[in-house]
Amino acid sequence: SKTKESVFKKLGRAIIGKSKVDDEVLDNLEEVLITSDVGVDTTLKVIERIEARVSKDKYFGVDELNNLLKEEIAALLEENNSGEEADFDLPASDTPYVIMVVGVNGVGKTTTIGKLAHNFKKAGKKVVLGAADTFRAAAIDQLEIWAERVDVPLVKQSMGSDPASVAYDTLASAKAQGADVAIIDTAGRLHNKVNLMNELTKIKNVMRKIVPDAPHEVLLILDGSTGQNAFEQAKQFTKATEVSALALTKLDGTAKGGVVIGISDQFKIPVKYIGIGEKMEDLQLFRRKEFVESLFS
Amino acid sequence: MFENLNEKLERSFQLLKGQGRITEINIAETLKEVRRALLDADVNFKIAKSFTEKVKEKALGQDVLSAVKPGEMMVKIVHDELAELMGGQSVDINLSGNPTVILIAGLQGSGKTTFSGKLSNLIKNKRGKHPLLVAGDVYRPAAIDQLKVLGEQINVPVYTEEGNKEPVKIAQAAIKQAKANGNDVVIIDTAGRLAVDEEMMKEISAVKKAVSPHEILFVVDSMTGQDAVNTAKEFNDRLDFDGVVLTKLDGDTRGGAALSIRSVVNKPIKYVGTGEKMEALDVFHPSRMADRILGMGDIVSLVEKA
Ligand SMILES: Nc1nc2c(ncn2[C@@H]2O[C@H](COP(=O)(O)OP(=O)(O)OP(=O)(O)O)[C@@H](O)[C@H]2O)c(=O)[nH]1
Ligand SMILES: Nc1nc2c(ncn2[C@@H]2O[C@H](COP(=O)(O)OP(=O)(O)OP(=O)(O)O)[C@@H](O)[C@H]2O)c(=O)[nH]1
Ligand SMILES: [Mg+2]
Ligand SMILES: [Mg+2]
Repeated sequence: SKTKESVFKKLGRAIIGKSKVDDEVLDNLEEVLITSDVGVDTTLKVIERIEARVSKDKYFGVDELNNLLKEEIAALLEENNSGEEADFDLPASDTPYVIMVVGVNGVGKTTTIGKLAHNFKKAGKKVVLGAADTFRAAAIDQLEIWAERVDVPLVKQSMGSDPASVAYDTLASAKAQGADVAIIDTAGRLHNKVNLMNELTKIKNVMRKIVPDAPHEVLLILDGSTGQNAFEQAKQFTKATEVSALALTKLDGTAKGGVVIGISDQFKIPVKYIGIGEKMEDLQLFRRKEFVESLFS
Repeated sequence: MFENLNEKLERSFQLLKGQGRITEINIAETLKEVRRALLDADVNFKIAKSFTEKVKEKALGQDVLSAVKPGEMMVKIVHDELAELMGGQSVDINLSGNPTVILIAGLQGSGKTTFSGKLSNLIKNKRGKHPLLVAGDVYRPAAIDQLKVLGEQINVPVYTEEGNKEPVKIAQAAIKQAKANGNDVVIIDTAGRLAVDEEMMKEISAVKKAVSPHEILFVVDSMTGQDAVNTAKEFNDRLDFDGVVLTKLDGDTRGGAALSIRSVVNKPIKYVGTGEKMEALDVFHPSRMADRILGMGDIVSLVEKA
């Protein structure tokens, strides 16, 4: 695309034949990264890495710089195995694999669950969904429509009931049906609300009465257009639930989602999925290289 | 990341102390910290840059009054400039129509449906109006049910047409019903859409054209990052909206998107959402938002006391 060329042209002009990264290069690089929501800290980290490489290797051409940059950013994601997931596969086990989905309000939890159910089902897995968001208006109806769409069973209670009890029922039902995977929806909650965060810990503990090592995965959903607040989200949800994977949604928009680079680097949580639309097909496995590429396009 | 901003500024202000006059050289470090604070708060890259320039111009050559320390004067300049940029005064919505038609627009999950409920609750209770909510989101699973549940909670009627996939027709029919039933405000909830989704942007333009709203409100998540400017600009180019609603401010986001949007589209921020409950809605206060973006409420109040 046009922007991609101009960014690298600018960078290239300022760097070719020089043994030191000058201010113009750094300014341009900073602009690309900051406007992708990478954040100041991670941007400085990337720039330091580039400076170190350039002072060692000297004389860079545009293509080399291009590749170097992508390598260094990808490395921040690689160090904790982001983008290594080969397929919508699950470890074989005699209990259902339990995925608990968490995140702040409106990021795409329920939609991602619908999409995951679709993909697991397509991969031949037996899926059960649990409607443990009993708070938000019509949250249960929303997940029910997804369950119908994808054609998988849903466990629910009435609005306002105890979410931990719904999660418990879901695992009991999944176990009885011999399901491969149970996915638990939870209500959106802002990470600075202590009571709501404690509720997640409770849901987790109650599920262990049925499946002792549940949840096998706590999937934190981040909205791809979120800025630096995503750091605080990752921190507080990890504290309450030991988040084990990230999904980044709404990447079909113009936001770049660069904040996950720093999060993945700092918290060592792999990015597993990306959401690229509102339909059930619109979920992809996270690919590190493609993601880094998109920052510059 | 944010906590030590005050400390950092204090430290760079120490350098200014006793120098009598602010110069290009002694202000550089302070400006760097201010710019960084803005970026950490998600203020757009370009806007942070031009804002810092403006602060510098204001500050350069200022005589340091004996009563005010140079550092503190800088804080005041930054804060006042921020508040000024965000509009200085709160701006009310236009409720002069009969009925008044209000169109709600924004990205997916930003809080449109919740805000539609909150706004109708507010104008019913505080302004003595008789609003009608309109379920114009024909796509999202259970969007209509969601609005119905909210309407029931706050005792506001909700116009729905289950199965109708044409928001334009739904909106027109709702206004007709409002006139017949004596509802003096019609609030139209719409589906979330991306600015790059041509078809969906055409759809909302068509709704605007068909119902000529008195007030179009753009709803945006206060946690939004650098993309806020692009989105706000696109929506404004299409809809020429009248105001902005910032949601989810009950979180701990700095909310720099507010400044970015205000600078790019020059439309007032009218309301802020501060919770999931129907009562959790406030009018926007530019000065409080300025404090929040810089995380410097304490310093500012100190200066104001002095
Ligand atoms: N364009 C786009 N929209 C998405 C994507 N994922 C989710 N959405 C939309 O974002 C909105 C919110 O999605 P939900 O799944 O309801 O989000 P949630 O996190 O469950 O929300 P709460 O339960 O209210 O906290 C809906 O309109 C979805 O259709 C995506 O990848 N791309
Ligand atoms: N904490 C908090 N949550 C909010 C606020 N406003 C909305 N929400 C929550 O954010 C989520 C999304 O809100 P909705 O009103 O469904 O958003 P929407 O823009 O209508 O979403 P779509 O129709 O899917 O595009 C829900 O969980 C709401 O309860 C707010 O001010 N504070
Ligand atoms: Mg949900
Ligand atoms: Mg809605």
